[in-house]
Amino acid sequence: MMAGVSRETWISAVLVALLVAVPLAATAAGEPFYVTLATRIAILALAAVGLNIALGLGGLVSFGHAAFFGLGGYVAGIFATHAFNGAPLPFGFAATTAMPVIWLVAIALCGLVALPIGAISLRTAGVYFIMITLAFAQMIYYFAVSWPDYGGEDGLSIYVRNSFPGLNTAQPLPYFLLCLGLLAAGMVLFWCIQGSRFGAALEASRQNATRLAAVGITPFGIRLAAFVISAMMTGLAGALFADLNRFVSPSMLSWHMSGELIVLIILGGKGRLFGPLAGAMVYVLFEYALGGITERWQFFLGLILLGVVLFARGGLLGLLAGKTRHG
Amino acid sequence: MAEPILQLSEIRKTFGALKATDGVSLDLRKGEIHALIGPNGAGKSTLIHQICGSIRPDSGTIRFLGEDMAGLDMAARVRKGLGRSFQISSLAPEFSALRNVMLAVQARQGSSYRFFRPVAGDRSLTGPAMAMLERVGLEKRAKVPAAELSHGERRQLEIAIALALEPKAFLFDEPMAGLGPEGSKRLTGFLDGLRHEAPILLVEHDMDAVFALADRISVLVYGRIIATGTVAEIRSDPEVRRAYLGDAA
Repeated sequence: MMAGVSRETWISAVLVALLVAVPLAATAAGEPFYVTLATRIAILALAAVGLNIALGLGGLVSFGHAAFFGLGGYVAGIFATHAFNGAPLPFGFAATTAMPVIWLVAIALCGLVALPIGAISLRTAGVYFIMITLAFAQMIYYFAVSWPDYGGEDGLSIYVRNSFPGLNTAQPLPYFLLCLGLLAAGMVLFWCIQGSRFGAALEASRQNATRLAAVGITPFGIRLAAFVISAMMTGLAGALFADLNRFVSPSMLSWHMSGELIVLIILGGKGRLFGPLAGAMVYVLFEYALGGITERWQFFLGLILLGVVLFARGGLLGLLAGKTRHG
Repeated sequence: MAEPILQLSEIRKTFGALKATDGVSLDLRKGEIHALIGPNGAGKSTLIHQICGSIRPDSGTIRFLGEDMAGLDMAARVRKGLGRSFQISSLAPEFSALRNVMLAVQARQGSSYRFFRPVAGDRSLTGPAMAMLERVGLEKRAKVPAAELSHGERRQLEIAIALALEPKAFLFDEPMAGLGPEGSKRLTGFLDGLRHEAPILLVEHDMDAVFALADRISVLVYGRIIATGTVAEIRSDPEVRRAYLGDAA
């Protein structure tokens, strides 16, 4: 690799320092709102890191990752509701408010759902892949809308945030640190995958699937594994998001959400470890800063996105740090 | 005589009214270079696609190492030991030359579902990959992305990737294309020695190379093999001269 520390590393370090320092300072200053804002950034970044495995490394533009984000959210919401009412879950399982259990269930469920969706969607490519992933996500969206047991269109409130052993999750700062830890874990996993043999095959499938097949690796299996891992990480972020808002509704499953996750990645820099974090920071801060002034803040976001797509294909990180190279 | 490594029997493929492959039978034996020549549009590419598994023949069988290849896709045939190069270089453009070869090494080791250990600095990958680059004389360009290599270097890289697969048979689709006289000469010398590692089915337009290398030549015209034989037999075959070679021979 390059001698010394690259510019991308410096910029990434600054992003992380900001994400950690601002909530600490805000807590000290008695401004919990900014902690919540940072938590939102961490969770959206985690969801986008997940999508970045499929989209950034594998070139699989899934327009249906809201399905997994929302499913994760509903797992958190349904567990909380059953635990609150003291009613057992379907199949007689006891409900719990323990986050580690909820996370595992969310991850496992998203993996199980992603397997058939991926297996069918990956038979197509390009724009058909985009459309079929969208179609699956919309099916799940309408299912949630029309299922009255868990709030239907109105969504489901989580009266008490789910718990984590040894932490008071109701306090903004501990919950932020929890989400930050999971984001870090997600990014370490992304980094491992990117550098691994699997990552090499996945990136080759994006660049030239015929080449991959011509060395004897079937692209389908590689892509399916990436899609499932990607969905599981996004699902975990969904469970965190529901607990952050103490609310989950079909909007978490909608195609707007899928689009938002893609925007985060394109904005920050696709295929880059810190791209989703950069994208989520810009997105959330934009939403906060401009959202207070005008309801039409997304118009200005659109302009930025247009600029990035036209002039900075590597996203904001690419613009600031230059091109990545494979050693 | 031992069973041939690769054996095509009565392969047929039509596209609408066009008989692209019209009953082709052909074999590749241990230790030989079997050249497949023919004018443009003779159906060489279609035949290659059928051998590699990207086009399914309408009828006929392809046996490789005694096994029927029907129903196996390209990746599966490569895993059986069929190593190929492409007529137009097909590489992972963002990867360096070394990483392109490393991908073939990991594929041969059957280890593409490892998620944690980094490939960079993994000697079991970089070692064999570097050795293959040295064999084709590309070691000084190991760190250069494939997209930035010259045309000739990309052809060399394709060969290095095929070598790294340690195949039981090579299928080279116009490896000399665009190399220039000097490059062609070097590659001819290289392929000459390679036939003893694994037999080569060589599709090539460069007649000097074909005549210098081939143990046998098959001539494909309008989807049919009109002659198979040694260099001397093919050069003197009147039908071949009329259909293809013209005055060049």
